[in-house]
Amino acid sequence: MGSHGIKDRVAIVGMGCTPFVEAWDKGADDLLIDAAQETFASAGIAKDDVDAFWLGTAQTGMSGMVLSKPLQIQNKPVTRVENMCATGSEALRQAAYAVASGAYDVAMAIGVEKVKDGGYQGLNAFPVPGDGTARTLTAAAMFSMVAPAYGHKYGVSEEEMRAVLSHIASKNHYNGARNPRAQFRKEIAPEKISAMPKLAGQLGVFDCAGVADGAAAAIVVRAEDAYKYTDRPLFIKALSMVAGNGSGVIDPEYDYTTFWEIAACAKDAYAQAGVTDPRNEIAMAEVHDCFTPTELVLMEDLQFADRGTAWKEVLAGAFNLDGRLPVNPDGGLKSFGHPVGASGLRMMFEAWLQLRGDAPENRRIPATDRKLALTHNLGGYPGEMVSFISILGNELG
Amino acid sequence: MRGILGYGAYLPYRRLDRKGIAPVAGTGGGRGTRTVASFDEDTTTLGVEAARYALRATPGAAPRALLFATVTPAYADRTNATAIHAALRLDAGVPAIDATGSVRSAAGVLRLALEGGSTALVIGSDIRGGLPGSGDEAAGGDGASALLVGGAGDGALVAEYLGGASATAEFVDRWRAPGETRSKLWEDKFGENQYLAAGRQAWTDALKSTGLTADQVDHAVVTGLHARAVAGLGRKLGVREGVLADDLAATVGTTGAAHPGVLLASVLDTLAGTDAAAGKVVAVVVLSDGAEVFLFRTTEALGSYTPVRPVAEQVAGGAPIAYGKFLAWRGTLQVEPPRRPEPARTSSSAAVRSTDWKFGLVGSQDRSSGAVHLPPARVSMRGGTVDDMDAIPMADALGTVKTFTIDRMAYSPSPPVVFAVVDFDGGGRLPIELTDMDADQVAIGDRVELTFRRIGTADGIHNYFWKARPVRTAAAATETEA
Repeated sequence: MGSHGIKDRVAIVGMGCTPFVEAWDKGADDLLIDAAQETFASAGIAKDDVDAFWLGTAQTGMSGMVLSKPLQIQNKPVTRVENMCATGSEALRQAAYAVASGAYDVAMAIGVEKVKDGGYQGLNAFPVPGDGTARTLTAAAMFSMVAPAYGHKYGVSEEEMRAVLSHIASKNHYNGARNPRAQFRKEIAPEKISAMPKLAGQLGVFDCAGVADGAAAAIVVRAEDAYKYTDRPLFIKALSMVAGNGSGVIDPEYDYTTFWEIAACAKDAYAQAGVTDPRNEIAMAEVHDCFTPTELVLMEDLQFADRGTAWKEVLAGAFNLDGRLPVNPDGGLKSFGHPVGASGLRMMFEAWLQLRGDAPENRRIPATDRKLALTHNLGGYPGEMVSFISILGNELG
Repeated sequence: MRGILGYGAYLPYRRLDRKGIAPVAGTGGGRGTRTVASFDEDTTTLGVEAARYALRATPGAAPRALLFATVTPAYADRTNATAIHAALRLDAGVPAIDATGSVRSAAGVLRLALEGGSTALVIGSDIRGGLPGSGDEAAGGDGASALLVGGAGDGALVAEYLGGASATAEFVDRWRAPGETRSKLWEDKFGENQYLAAGRQAWTDALKSTGLTADQVDHAVVTGLHARAVAGLGRKLGVREGVLADDLAATVGTTGAAHPGVLLASVLDTLAGTDAAAGKVVAVVVLSDGAEVFLFRTTEALGSYTPVRPVAEQVAGGAPIAYGKFLAWRGTLQVEPPRRPEPARTSSSAAVRSTDWKFGLVGSQDRSSGAVHLPPARVSMRGGTVDDMDAIPMADALGTVKTFTIDRMAYSPSPPVVFAVVDFDGGGRLPIELTDMDADQVAIGDRVELTFRRIGTADGIHNYFWKARPVRTAAAATETEA
């Protein structure tokens, strides 16, 4: 028994990503067609060259036919996957393992969410019949509980915490302002972020990811075939997934200053990739900045900062675009919004651009000898979440 | 000999200053305050709280029947007492029965219990109101009382029932069609006349049947919805100066079906735990569609009785609510809800599977690791043992706020939602909504206790579950140290 991973056995050879916007003029079918066409072109293949498809969507539709009908895919397997907000990443993970198994030569992972047809702000999960005792808080409120707990544990005052959270949001908006695919393309000063009225706990509207429609996709093939499709493939070094047992919400030992699932997921991912010193091996990270306190805690769970120090590192600019480890160089969920099924693949799309040198100059990560990118995608809430981490590299070995 | 084994009264946290009514309604109001049930309370949840206080103060007593009286039931065409029964975790063999429709129902079930054969938990609960500016709105109060009635063999009686009398009278001085939220009233003096006649008759008969004279009565309480009749009869009882007790009209209001028990509790509170507790004659007079008189004599057991939350402490412990919010809570004033989907209705079949959890707040504790699981689980989060847990009741546990949030976007009948992760003293954690507090009052380390509430209503189905509220009372602070 063991988690061995598939390091260097599968490569991404093409990717596409629609703009993430409130797409009033596009339905899920349009978004899927747009992302798929861009991705086929990126890999230099046609739809019929793909042997199997994995479609990630949390709530936009059921079954593989959500994809096979609009794309007119005939006599091919299409599997719909769902794993909360990590749905897009899960689609890639399934497609990669299918290729690694030898079952298929070419597979597509594609994620989509059409969020803005619901008529409500924010993301709203459809209700499962229950006994009425489940919590009905917003996700913002659930994640906001991290901020006072973290401040209490590490002696960070409310004002300092406010500055930290605003720095995270401002940094991501700075990056997003330089990304034509992002929903929000304006820099926002930390002072303005701090001054917003509070929606949940200490969180104002700029502490929360936006909501957008969008789709993103990738083509995966066996590593040995990669150069048939592109001279600059990305090799999969690790794909790690942890579904939490939910003990954080019932176990007094959980203190809301960490995400156990993510710390475990990071350990597994680094082991799969053979990464021993993440801070000096990872060139950039796309992380799940659904809310600003989430990104703060992630810096520690992903081992980018020591426990209790990420707040200082954030303020020192360590994770800025020009920092020692750029985090969310594409602008993150903060700038993109969060079409649930697509976000995980959108993160990989940024790794695709940056590691291949295709990111525009005004938001390119600093040149280093580091060759790896990490994407981190979570679903759920503090104490009860699913965590996904990928590590991708532009070289074998 | 039968009588009272234990008692408890529950007054909700909020107080409406009657001065706040007229500036909005243009009329009505008056002096003093009245109690206001929270948006998440109904007569069922108020009744649960009062019953919990009564049972907690009377350990060892086991009710063999639950009798629930209210003018304002949460449901029609199904029993409300069954939810109270579930929250108190009584055996299925204990009948739970509603008596609804009038304040007289409360006096009636008390009489049935006192004259019956088994240990009965008699709960009166009411939410009183009327149209804005009405006399009923200003004079009413919200609350509940619970009297544990039984024989000497069921435990130590704190007050023996000496006897009483009824005067039943058919006259229409107030009326309300089922489903209406307000009552209409006949001319005041007509009712006063009828009530004074019935009250005098029952009072005379009660004294006669017990062989007592009016000057032997040490404490008397008179209640009913007709304020002039209540005051008038009080003056005509012939009791000694100072015997007639405060009817709490100035602070609590008249809590309808709850009020006979609330006033009796208030009198017994003043004697409980004192050397002079025993041998006092206490009279309870209820004016509702006639009159009911009950005469009790306190015992030495009252000298060692400790009420969980004395009425006076609760009267002193409230916090104000603005009249506008009061109207919104009552549904009189419709306020824009948060733009979020309303919760779906509670699944009846899912709810029945989790009755012990949902109503009784019973979790499970892993026998090997001791880990407490809330809600109860079959597989342990620590060690993974399967189906090796004991039930662990949590409703009386005290806890501490580990972290918290204020959710201004979530759907709630009264936003914002104040929510905390609570760790309990004996183990176990529950992320839970807080209530009976202002949003800016919560802090890490706060002490909280649990309270049975109505989370919401969807498709007419009330969703009952537990919330936490700050520990505020002196008595509870002592429990904290224990």
